[in-house]
Amino acid sequence: MAEQRIPFATHAETTVLGADEIVLNMGPQHPSTHGVLRVKLRLDGEKVIGSECVIGYLHRGVEKIAEHRTYTQFAPYVDRMDYVAAVSNGLGYCEAVEKLLGAEAPLRARVIRTILTELQRIASHLFWLGTHALDIGALTPLFYCLREREEILKIFEKYCGARLTTHAFRIGGLQYEAYDEFEKDVERFCKPFDKRVDEYESLLTSNRIWVGRTKGIGILTAKEAIDYAASGPVIRASGVKWDIRKAMPYAAYDLYKFEIPTGKNGDTYDRYIVRMEEMRQSRLICLQAIENIPAGPIMGKVGKVLKPPPGEVYHSIEAPKGELGYYIVSDGTTQPYRVRIRPPSLINLEAFDKMIRGHLVADVVAIIGTLDIVLGEVDR
Amino acid sequence: MANDPEEKQPPASPKEGPSAVKPPAAASGPASRAPAAPAAPAAKPLAAAAPPKPPAPSKEGPVPLDNDLVKRYKERFGDAIREAWIDRKQAILVVARERLVELATYSRDDEKFDWLSDLTAVDWPKREQRFDVVLNMYSFEKNERLRLKVYASADQRVPSVQGVWATANWEEREVYDMFGVVFEGHPDLKRILLPDEWQGYPLRKDYDILTQDTAWVRENLGIESGQ
Repeated sequence: MAEQRIPFATHAETTVLGADEIVLNMGPQHPSTHGVLRVKLRLDGEKVIGSECVIGYLHRGVEKIAEHRTYTQFAPYVDRMDYVAAVSNGLGYCEAVEKLLGAEAPLRARVIRTILTELQRIASHLFWLGTHALDIGALTPLFYCLREREEILKIFEKYCGARLTTHAFRIGGLQYEAYDEFEKDVERFCKPFDKRVDEYESLLTSNRIWVGRTKGIGILTAKEAIDYAASGPVIRASGVKWDIRKAMPYAAYDLYKFEIPTGKNGDTYDRYIVRMEEMRQSRLICLQAIENIPAGPIMGKVGKVLKPPPGEVYHSIEAPKGELGYYIVSDGTTQPYRVRIRPPSLINLEAFDKMIRGHLVADVVAIIGTLDIVLGEVDR
Repeated sequence: MANDPEEKQPPASPKEGPSAVKPPAAASGPASRAPAAPAAPAAKPLAAAAPPKPPAPSKEGPVPLDNDLVKRYKERFGDAIREAWIDRKQAILVVARERLVELATYSRDDEKFDWLSDLTAVDWPKREQRFDVVLNMYSFEKNERLRLKVYASADQRVPSVQGVWATANWEEREVYDMFGVVFEGHPDLKRILLPDEWQGYPLRKDYDILTQDTAWVRENLGIESGQ
């Protein structure tokens, strides 16, 4: 319906076509666009020579909603942005508001936050791996990945009652104390998990079809990655060794040892390798953290009514998809004056056009997959 | 320094909880630039009275900033650096709108703030120049962040920094989409999240559910929007 009213090619580059060129519309309802992404591709035969992403199908006006809620009321909304990594969204928001208030969560709360956020990173990467492999034609990893992800979601459910949109943290700390078997559950999941990652790798890493579909596809050089402000695994696969958990530690990351995996070529294969290694590193962080969860309160003294002094703050965390930033302006009242969310998916997706040019139509799904976008976050 | 030392220093020693952090929050009232401060201290006069911690008041609220970084910018650009302050240990420079591209290029090349993490806007309808356009930059080399701001009224154009950082393309489109700020020199300035024919700019403060584009919703979705 609405599709017919919108002029098909408004983009300057897609209006004038050569004799052998066509414009192909992909999405918004397409299983491998991971949601409601619409891509207009300009093709010469099977080669993509230009593209335009049309986004906004899932726009809910989250930033506007924030201005009409109190700081506390808005917290559950952020879970609905990147809904496969809700815990990370919540962490970023809570820490940003804490910074605005000049408060800090107690150490115990920060350690538990770290554990849950790292589990969430693993869950997010697992979901990415399963669907990305599925897009490229490897069906099996999806079942394995979802099997392990389910275990993580069970831990979340035991901890706070929800599996996906968890709202696990509160501004100033945690609402819930870790349940009795929490450490054991995390350990039970993490201990054998490296073998599981090996198992996924045995299916893919040296699989000729996988290598053929990912090596040299969607190359983003380090310079381009910086120019496009890519973040997270995308920039690291391009060889930029930068992780906010190390560069500007938040939560309790400064207490634990972990490596930042990087790639060399910035292609789809490198991004795959980087994310696989990140899962291993996240497992190590969880194992270190559960060894000694400090005792103490889980909630700092932030008061029931939050009224941050006037001013502004930008706080960002290393979400599974990249830098998730919150820019919050306070006017001294109980409601934020402005909340700007810097969504890693949106900014990473911006480099899509750069990455796809010169590749084949079949590579479109590989590149969309490798960017690990979630449209709930792109559109907000 | 202009960076965020709080983020860098290893907080290995467990902090004794925000109760120790709170007093400066209340004490920041007088130090803060903003006139609306009384809201904050009202609740806890007790805490403010207890431990007199003199260096802490800068913890919250903006305070003027004059460090090496600002001096370098001022030396180079003179009057174009309108204001500089630090808020929650984050440096903010307000610069002249006309020279934004020049300033952005200098920040990227000479000051090594080579990564534009975010570009957004804030609407202050009571001000003559109602919009803040905010650029959040990050430097890999220094591990620092810096925020540039320019002011613009509804009919003033802001120079596009799309040529300095490719990432600004979509972000400027989003600011245009949500606030109606026009970026001069942007190659393809059109709406990004909302439909192309949508009327109005949602993130402006005078836009609410009653002023939204009901006609579009009725025509395209076949439903009545709003209340």
